[in-house]
Amino acid sequence: MQDFTQEFTIALGLIFTGDPELWAIVLLSLKVSVWAVFIAALIGMPLGAGLAVGRFPGRRALIVLINALMGLPPVVVGLLVYLMLSRSGPFGVLQLLYTPTAMIIAQVVLVTPIIAALTRQVVETLAVEYDEQLRSLGVSRLSSVPVLLWDGRMALMTALLAGFGRAIAEVGAVIIVGGNINHVTRVMTTTIALETSKGNLALALALGAVLIALAVSVTGAVSVLSLRGERQGLGHA
Amino acid sequence: MVRQWVRAAVTVVALTTGSAQAADPFIVVQSTTSTQNSGLFDAILPWFEAESGIDVRIVAVGTGQAIRNARNGDGDVLLVHAKPAEEAFVAEGWGVSRQDVMYNDFVIVGPKGDPAGVRGGSDAVAALTAIAQTGAIFVSRGDDSGTHKAELRQWGQAGVDVAQASGGWYRETGSGMGATLNVAAGMGAYTLTDRATWLAFGNAHGLEVLVEGDPGLFNQYGVILVNPEKHPGVRAEAGQRFIDWLVGQDGQAAIAGYKLDGEQLFFPNAR
Repeated sequence: MQDFTQEFTIALGLIFTGDPELWAIVLLSLKVSVWAVFIAALIGMPLGAGLAVGRFPGRRALIVLINALMGLPPVVVGLLVYLMLSRSGPFGVLQLLYTPTAMIIAQVVLVTPIIAALTRQVVETLAVEYDEQLRSLGVSRLSSVPVLLWDGRMALMTALLAGFGRAIAEVGAVIIVGGNINHVTRVMTTTIALETSKGNLALALALGAVLIALAVSVTGAVSVLSLRGERQGLGHA
Repeated sequence: MVRQWVRAAVTVVALTTGSAQAADPFIVVQSTTSTQNSGLFDAILPWFEAESGIDVRIVAVGTGQAIRNARNGDGDVLLVHAKPAEEAFVAEGWGVSRQDVMYNDFVIVGPKGDPAGVRGGSDAVAALTAIAQTGAIFVSRGDDSGTHKAELRQWGQAGVDVAQASGGWYRETGSGMGATLNVAAGMGAYTLTDRATWLAFGNAHGLEVLVEGDPGLFNQYGVILVNPEKHPGVRAEAGQRFIDWLVGQDGQAAIAGYKLDGEQLFFPNAR
């Protein structure tokens, strides 16, 4: 254990003395996950809000389905996206396999249900709260969606962060569709998997520490941003 | 508030445009974990890339998966180590032709305590028989990789039905060589590994090479160009150029020159 602690310290030192390859990997991790969350939000937020205020047959079943899809196994999603993007698959001509775009696609599939389900819950609560007010103003259900989304923006930030957490920590899907190709599709999690398989456990753990630090800083930055936003919002009220 | 959102959006755009993909020509090589984990590619590819300007993108998976991916057209070159499966791949028309590239050997590693008493032997079949008889734990790749196929051949010759022992003293990890070595190290178990991955492995404490030098443990690597007639998207010209380099003088010299702690990991033998 003494040896391991020492190795770990050395590995951390190596990382922070600015290995440019590592920073490229960190940046790619961020790029893929941020894009995935952004696209997933574009799909998941309207979907979740629609489920919250809409009244149509099959709505209950759809809500149950979206909730269940939050637990999608990444490996299965990776395999499905691989089959779609493979040269022998329906979208093979696009030549997207083993590119960051393929990784973003897989993560969008994983993250969208999380954002949709959490959005649904936030908007539904607000819709009940504001029901009378909205009705007295003569706002229809559908046109109340932007208002409710805006009002719930702080809670929705948590939905985005939950999605980001899933994306940045995920390895099963991106290693299949990305291929863990050096300088092209290698991200933090696949690097950690590779170093573990090489038996470089201290280095793998040090990389894990960097990944956690990254997640904490992103979450922290968003929290500060939304807190400041909240205070300004109060000032205007 | 709005200004903050704009700032956030700009950050996102800056993040994404900062690392636009290189437009350099590239090929995708479907290969095995042993060639990547041993550090071979990191050592030899820069030579080829500098000379040709072609970027070589390695997807390192088990031989079985590499062959399936190549069959789907998801690669231009296949570099693996399971000769019968490679020859079948070419015979079925998925590959153009197969060439020998290099070899090394498999070894049986196990705990220093050596409960089956196989240390110092050079007969893999006898060693495996002893392991089976004592019921000492043996960890198998169990992933249809080249190493797994080689291991199963040895069990077949020993006349041991490992399927029956699966979950008992015979444990299949279904993972790569490194992950399997981690499991063996953790359980103090025996396993069969290629020598390159073993020498490059950093978590070997408690394990050591116990059986080596059996001619049956020979480990040949071959290279195949994926057939462009089956998959028109194959970058045949660049792929062939990489193969020619690999089996040519420069590539063979680069392979021979890759050493870890003074020990050569792969021995070139292209004809």
